Amino acid sequence: MTRLRTDLGLIANHVARGARVLDVGCGDGTLLRALRDERGCRVHGMEIDPANVAECVGRGLSVIQGDADKDLAFYPDSAFDYAILSQTLQTTMRPDRVMEELLRIGRRAFVSFPNFAHWRVRMSLLWGGRMPVTRLLPVAWYETPNIHHLTVSDFRAFVAERGIRVEQAWFLTGDRLTSTSAANFRAEHAIFLLSR
Amino acid sequence: MATAAIIAASEVLELAEPLLLDCGQQLAGVRIAYEAYGTLSPARDNVVLIMHATTGDQHVASPHPITGKPGWWDRMVGPGKPIDTGRFYVLCANVLGGCMGSTGPGSLAPDGRPYAMRFPVITIRDMVRAQVALLGALGIDRLYCAVGGSMGGMQALSLAANWPHLPERVLAIAATATMPAQNIAFQEVGRQAVMADPNWQDGGYYGTGKAPDAGLAVARMAAHITYLSEASLTEKFGRRLQDRTSKTFGFDADFQVESYLRHQGTSFTGRFDANSYLYITRAMSYFDLAEEHGGLLADAFAECRARFCVISFDTDWLYPTEQSRRLVHALTAAGAPVSFVELSAPFGHDSFLLDVPALDRVVAGFLSQ
Repeated sequence: MTRLRTDLGLIANHVARGARVLDVGCGDGTLLRALRDERGCRVHGMEIDPANVAECVGRGLSVIQGDADKDLAFYPDSAFDYAILSQTLQTTMRPDRVMEELLRIGRRAFVSFPNFAHWRVRMSLLWGGRMPVTRLLPVAWYETPNIHHLTVSDFRAFVAERGIRVEQAWFLTGDRLTSTSAANFRAEHAIFLLSR
Repeated sequence: MATAAIIAASEVLELAEPLLLDCGQQLAGVRIAYEAYGTLSPARDNVVLIMHATTGDQHVASPHPITGKPGWWDRMVGPGKPIDTGRFYVLCANVLGGCMGSTGPGSLAPDGRPYAMRFPVITIRDMVRAQVALLGALGIDRLYCAVGGSMGGMQALSLAANWPHLPERVLAIAATATMPAQNIAFQEVGRQAVMADPNWQDGGYYGTGKAPDAGLAVARMAAHITYLSEASLTEKFGRRLQDRTSKTFGFDADFQVESYLRHQGTSFTGRFDANSYLYITRAMSYFDLAEEHGGLLADAFAECRARFCVISFDTDWLYPTEQSRRLVHALTAAGAPVSFVELSAPFGHDSFLLDVPALDRVVAGFLSQ
């Protein structure tokens, strides 16, 4: 398989072969290409940055320039086997509505996000008293696209409240998987596989 | 243009069957002029049908027989270009109602006189109907891709909606699925300019030695502005004066932009028939793919299995991105595999004809898979 970022590789390895997939916030299409070429998936993407979209279409991918907050509404119910929202949830205006849409148009959804309760973030806020700038959150508060920070515990509470089923979850520190216990403290980054 | 249709040096095919038009009339003896580039594969599976814009023609990648200028999409179509004639068999036909060899109002009716305003009012779908008949006559029953910009994009969409089995891919650039009121308004201005010219003679100017050139030139001037952007006009002309150092306090073309528009207007009358302009803009005004399919645009594409690519330009205010987005939402709702990108280019609506490297990449990429 194309050398994928660890989190994307994890997602790719858990998508069934030949599945219909929508990657929301697909960037330059790296994950989509891997899913198409290595797993025979029927792949679609949505991406907000026009240069990225042009890059994707130039590589033969079906990608729509669109906004997760507005443009998911136009897909029919269960249009995809998997809807993927990788490192994008925290950048949306209304993560709750995006999640609802994701689970409406996808039979399952992969959602990944940086964990704002990682110990490094906590330390930075506790001792420095400043908004954390870390490896996964490298941009200062005034220009970060991450406008809805959340933690692993926030997300677990959110899905529990809404009756969303967690089929599987993975927690990463750097490129390494970390244990589920104390994930809210130890994980830099979480990936959930969800269904209704 | 005072004579009947300009006959270009293209291939011309006469349809064996009359065309049944949307208005209910039948049109017999329809001739379709077309250009072909590249080689048809033995399996006949490499056909790219390019559909031209309002005042375009079939000379996509070969010199225009009247103006001698390079084909209108020379930069896009040719060996090794995004629409690669080394790989594809590229067809482009002059639309029904046109004046470059296909049957239009300047053609002779069965009574031996030009149709003029006796020509039936046609639609975008009628234009496509004629091209589908041409494909049939050429033994082509599937298209690798149907491609068009502006009115060409509308034809490509109409093809996908009404002959859903034909195209495997559909590429619509700077187009719309429904003609908005503002565009209908501009089209009406153009037609009124032609019809207000006394030389129009209720359309019967053929053979009189007088043609509504002044009216057609004004129509072209007005339309031409809508194809550009304020930024491109400012950049190209600003308030610069034409071959003079001060204003003349008269009504000459003092400004470069005036001189440019006058030139656009007069040179247009040398290559285009005024009645064709009326009929073609009328067809555009009538275009509403949603209305044709029970009011819901998504239903128009329910049967089509083609992959779609929709492209708009950020400075195009004639067919703004919102129109493309509406189309994309309908295609999405219909479950069609669709790509959509709004490209940044300074040239307004005309961007699809001009040097926009990102457009080349997207077109080549879409055709590659």
